[in-house]
Amino acid sequence: MNIPVLTLTLLAPVIAALFIVFIPKEEEKLCKWVAALGTGVALVLSLYVYFGYDRSVGGLQWVDFGGPVPWIGDLGVSYYMAVDGLSLPMLLLTNLIGFSAVFASWNVTHRAKELMIYLLILIAGVMGTFIAQDLFIFLLFYEVVVIPIYIMVIIWGSSKRVTKEYAGMKLTIYLLIGSAFLLVGVIATFVQSVAITGTPDMSFEGLARVAFPEEFQIYMFGLMLLGFGSLLSMWPFHSWSPDGYAGAPTAVSMIHAGVLKKIGGYGLIRIAIFVLPMGAKFWAPWIAVLGVIGVAYAAMGALAQRDLKYVVGYSSVSHMGYVLLGVASLGVIGVNGAVANMFAHGVMAALFFSMIGFIYEKTHTRWIPDLGGLSHQAPRLSVGFMMAAMASLGLPGLISFIPEFTIFVESFRVFGWLAVLAIAGIIITALYVLRAGANTLFGPAREEYNHIKDIRGPELVPLVVLGGVLVIGGILPSLLFDMVNSGVAPILAHIQEALQIGGR
Amino acid sequence: MVQFALNHAWLVPLLPALAFVIIVFLTRPWPKVSSTVSIAAILSSFVLSSSIAYGVFTNPGFIEKPLVYSLRWFGMEGFTVHVGVMLDPTSTMMLFMVSMVATLIQIYSTGYMEGDPQYSVFFSYLSLFAASMLGLVISSNLLQMFVMWELVGLCSFLLIGFYTFKISAREAAKKAFITTRIGDFGMLLGLLFLQIVFGTLDLTELAQRVPAFEQFGISLGLLTLIAILLFIGPIGKSGQFPLHVWLPDAMEGPTPVSALIHAATMVVAGVYLVGRTLFLFAEVPGAMEVVAFTGAFTALFAATIAVTQREIKRILAYSTVSQLGYMMLALGVGSLSASMFHLWTHAFFKALMFLGAGSVLHALHHKADVWDMGGLIKKMPITGWTFVVGGLAIAGIPPFAGFWSKDEILAVTLEYAKHGHTLGYVLFLMATFTAFLTAFYMWRMIFLAFFGKEKPENHPHESPWNMTFPLIVLAVLAAVGGLIGTPWANWWSRWIHFGQPHHGEPAIGLMLLSVVLALAGIGLAYLLYYKDEEKRTAQELAKRYPTLYRISFNKYYVDELYQWFTRTVVDAGANVLYWFDIHVVDGIVNGLAGITKTSGKGLRYLQTGKLQTYALVFFVAVLVITVVLAFGDPTSAGIMGGGK
Amino acid sequence: MATGLNPSYFVALSAALFCIGLYGAISRKNAIAVLVSIELMLTAVNINLVAFNKFLTPEAFIGQIFAIFVITVAAAEVGLGLAIVIAIYRNRKSVDLDDFDWMKW
Repeated sequence: MNIPVLTLTLLAPVIAALFIVFIPKEEEKLCKWVAALGTGVALVLSLYVYFGYDRSVGGLQWVDFGGPVPWIGDLGVSYYMAVDGLSLPMLLLTNLIGFSAVFASWNVTHRAKELMIYLLILIAGVMGTFIAQDLFIFLLFYEVVVIPIYIMVIIWGSSKRVTKEYAGMKLTIYLLIGSAFLLVGVIATFVQSVAITGTPDMSFEGLARVAFPEEFQIYMFGLMLLGFGSLLSMWPFHSWSPDGYAGAPTAVSMIHAGVLKKIGGYGLIRIAIFVLPMGAKFWAPWIAVLGVIGVAYAAMGALAQRDLKYVVGYSSVSHMGYVLLGVASLGVIGVNGAVANMFAHGVMAALFFSMIGFIYEKTHTRWIPDLGGLSHQAPRLSVGFMMAAMASLGLPGLISFIPEFTIFVESFRVFGWLAVLAIAGIIITALYVLRAGANTLFGPAREEYNHIKDIRGPELVPLVVLGGVLVIGGILPSLLFDMVNSGVAPILAHIQEALQIGGR
Repeated sequence: MVQFALNHAWLVPLLPALAFVIIVFLTRPWPKVSSTVSIAAILSSFVLSSSIAYGVFTNPGFIEKPLVYSLRWFGMEGFTVHVGVMLDPTSTMMLFMVSMVATLIQIYSTGYMEGDPQYSVFFSYLSLFAASMLGLVISSNLLQMFVMWELVGLCSFLLIGFYTFKISAREAAKKAFITTRIGDFGMLLGLLFLQIVFGTLDLTELAQRVPAFEQFGISLGLLTLIAILLFIGPIGKSGQFPLHVWLPDAMEGPTPVSALIHAATMVVAGVYLVGRTLFLFAEVPGAMEVVAFTGAFTALFAATIAVTQREIKRILAYSTVSQLGYMMLALGVGSLSASMFHLWTHAFFKALMFLGAGSVLHALHHKADVWDMGGLIKKMPITGWTFVVGGLAIAGIPPFAGFWSKDEILAVTLEYAKHGHTLGYVLFLMATFTAFLTAFYMWRMIFLAFFGKEKPENHPHESPWNMTFPLIVLAVLAAVGGLIGTPWANWWSRWIHFGQPHHGEPAIGLMLLSVVLALAGIGLAYLLYYKDEEKRTAQELAKRYPTLYRISFNKYYVDELYQWFTRTVVDAGANVLYWFDIHVVDGIVNGLAGITKTSGKGLRYLQTGKLQTYALVFFVAVLVITVVLAFGDPTSAGIMGGGK
Repeated sequence: MATGLNPSYFVALSAALFCIGLYGAISRKNAIAVLVSIELMLTAVNINLVAFNKFLTPEAFIGQIFAIFVITVAAAEVGLGLAIVIAIYRNRKSVDLDDFDWMKW
């Protein structure tokens, strides 16, 4: 393992972005192909890592340069890139969606070159958060991600109920405020760890070994929950999500709903719970309550929507409620389900947004009452849309059913009737998803859309890639679950250990 | 061959699934190729199922101990799920029946769907439907079953909404999916309970663990709750009251689909599930009563609606609901054998009647009202006479199939009542009255549509061979299919039973009663709708009791109630919450942003733009800091003084 | 100290000079006058530096060096300041500070 594969994966989009900088902006197609190449290389590399990871051994593997490379000694910061069963699915997800997002933006002609550059930087940033095993590097990438999002929404976004400027501003500021709380929590935790152990160490493993006092854990976990929770659109910190997604261009919606908000869930497990287990135990019931409220509330919210993107925006809030519920169960089955559900929702939401993007591009509307009968004019588009819709309502045979079921198993056991409310969400989900799907695609063909062309050529890539993952993951859930389990089980084992030592 | 079939039973669902994939990705542009692929696949499945049936039914070993094999699907600590195959007489019978009916329906569809632009797509859906149903039947695990169960639901959604240009089809498809989804919610809860309490969803393991439920720390009450939750799924899927509303609307799909959904596949999935988990229900008498009463009530309820309906497929739909009620009733009184027997015979005569109705609609260019038909039997003899066979079978005239199975259900219900369940007599009364109504409304339809005066505006013609051939096969089966379960030679209950095989003496009196009821129903229909050519009595009856007529015709307004509920409760609730979200939750967010903005607006007046003001402020501030540091805190003064 | 010079004289002188400069810098409307006033304030600082050097560390020349630094910087500052004033004058035909309020909200 002399070749730093993860670093190469991270650099592939960055190098592609550098190439694009030197391409004249009239050469739009070339820019897009280079972007596709960059994300494609990253995708291939991450697939290689995914299937090369030894699940029977578990733990951190594919460590770049053989171990942490010290960077800022006084702060204990080191360049430490490695993956385990928790970060690998997320890395793969990022690249699946990143690759598809390039093709979903294939028809963008307005400043396409810049769009591709920002997109590639964004993808690299998201990837970095998942493979960094060092708190500092994690935060570095975490903040890198926010800036391109803002610019992309402002330039390529669309204004509907709210202006794109408002949407971009809300998205950015909301998440920055969240990350401010997070930063306070993280810095305090680090300082405290130095006070306890005497040696600065920013790696997750190092921090997790520190035995923080319980009260401190509770406060710090609260701060981190605020930060990660608002990124995961936890109720009531969710309101950026529908507006933000509706205003954002397709690629941003895909990446944001698909992977970026999963950084919240990932961080919650990887940092907050892993490092502060007693805090997690204290806050778990609250997370569960907020998660359940989120499920039911956002599902009802989605029911009231008439704009396709708002429907999916609210639905993504609702699905994140399931993730929170799974995380809050603090059991192997539940957390496994939560992580797998993040992956599943990522694929599904990205497919959803890309299809909506195409619909909007072709019909210039996302208003459901104005649409209808699109399956007559655009059958392939309809297949993609329907697949995403069915995955969204948790249809077995597609990727999201098994994760949801596992979450239900654990949360029903732990939280009893509280979980029933969340499970009832599947009915409402079916209601709004079918309304949106059937009313858009079925019914009599409309004259005004006779001219539209079905998706073809490069436009098919999101459907093929993401749709393929939806089906494969549904038929062979063990591909995903064995991986997730190999990452989650040690973390949960660590927590159990810490809780037993910690008393109570 | 038999051994191969037994060991490769998973091929039965897999072949149609492959056909689906092939049609979707390869043969879609060539309709004839697609239908050939599809039929070849389902036919192979049928051949395999026949071999399996031969192997299972000739080997008593399988009757006592099912053949099970499985492999790990996914798992983690404390929660592992296997998928596999479970072959026992019940599932084998279903495999055989489903694959046969599906084959016949696919052959029929080549005629019925001729020239449809979506011909290939239709066959791909049919293949997927068959694959999921066969997969459901063969499942060895409840979760696997649930997966297939939902896939069946998806296929029905796609097929009901197949005519995408029709708004009504779209609405019906949504309704079917969402209504069954409500049932699935209950079922999901039941499954979760089972998984949490017993730690497995494997049918064989559950069958061992459930009877010892007290060792798993749950009370009888909780087990009853689990059973009832699980039963909500079948209520939705098998169109039991109060979730029956989607089934009649499912007629919006092409007629072969109606036949497939109603006769062989989707709706019996619920009955099959209860039959499969009867070991659970048998432990809890309370849940059994719920099943029995739901069944009996549904049977009666749907029959009273069917009496006044006018559309041919709608009458058949309500009759399906009613017959499913019978099956549930049989399960509720504890007879797996009778229930599965009725499921078996019903598949034949109901598929026959639906396909016959399809043939009629095909000939009349989708004119569905039976009052607009008449005398069709002369122009469409094959359709007509096979339909009559179906009518005799469903009405319960010996020796047609329906008689034996319905008689069996009545017998077990009576038996149940005699064994100390006084309420059983109520069930029995409901069931017998339903039998009378069934004969009446079925023959009302037959007399109106096939006999009587021909309508000059209709130009019916007999359907092509590929549509009549399945009709003939099904008619033969509907005629003789019940003979394997007569009380004198009851092979059926030797094969398929729960607990000890049922050895009832042939109850001649009961048989006579049911024949008399059936004849009375047919006779009444004959008097009202055949003898009385102007149908004056019938119309006058409707006029004399307008309320009754309207309630029945409008299906007890259940649909309207649900519609009202969705519109005014759910949607309004959603809108209220959305308002709350925009104005309160987001209001707080925007409010905070507003505070920042306003304070910024106020504070910006400090920015006078005058250099000298800034300088003044600057000096004053420096002065203040100096004074504070010099005379304030002693430690900071120390810093000023020399930094020691 | 043998010279009989009390540091308070120097401090008083420089304080007076500084206050005059401050008053000028804040109250004068003419940009050139403000620049001149700033020079006065810098001079006050220089006096302090040199004087305290004499009283605190007579052997080393820390204060003087600092004073030279300040003078150098002041020269550069005046150069720049005058250039800006001239540039503004060319645009606005005015060296009145009250007219220089483009940074106002």
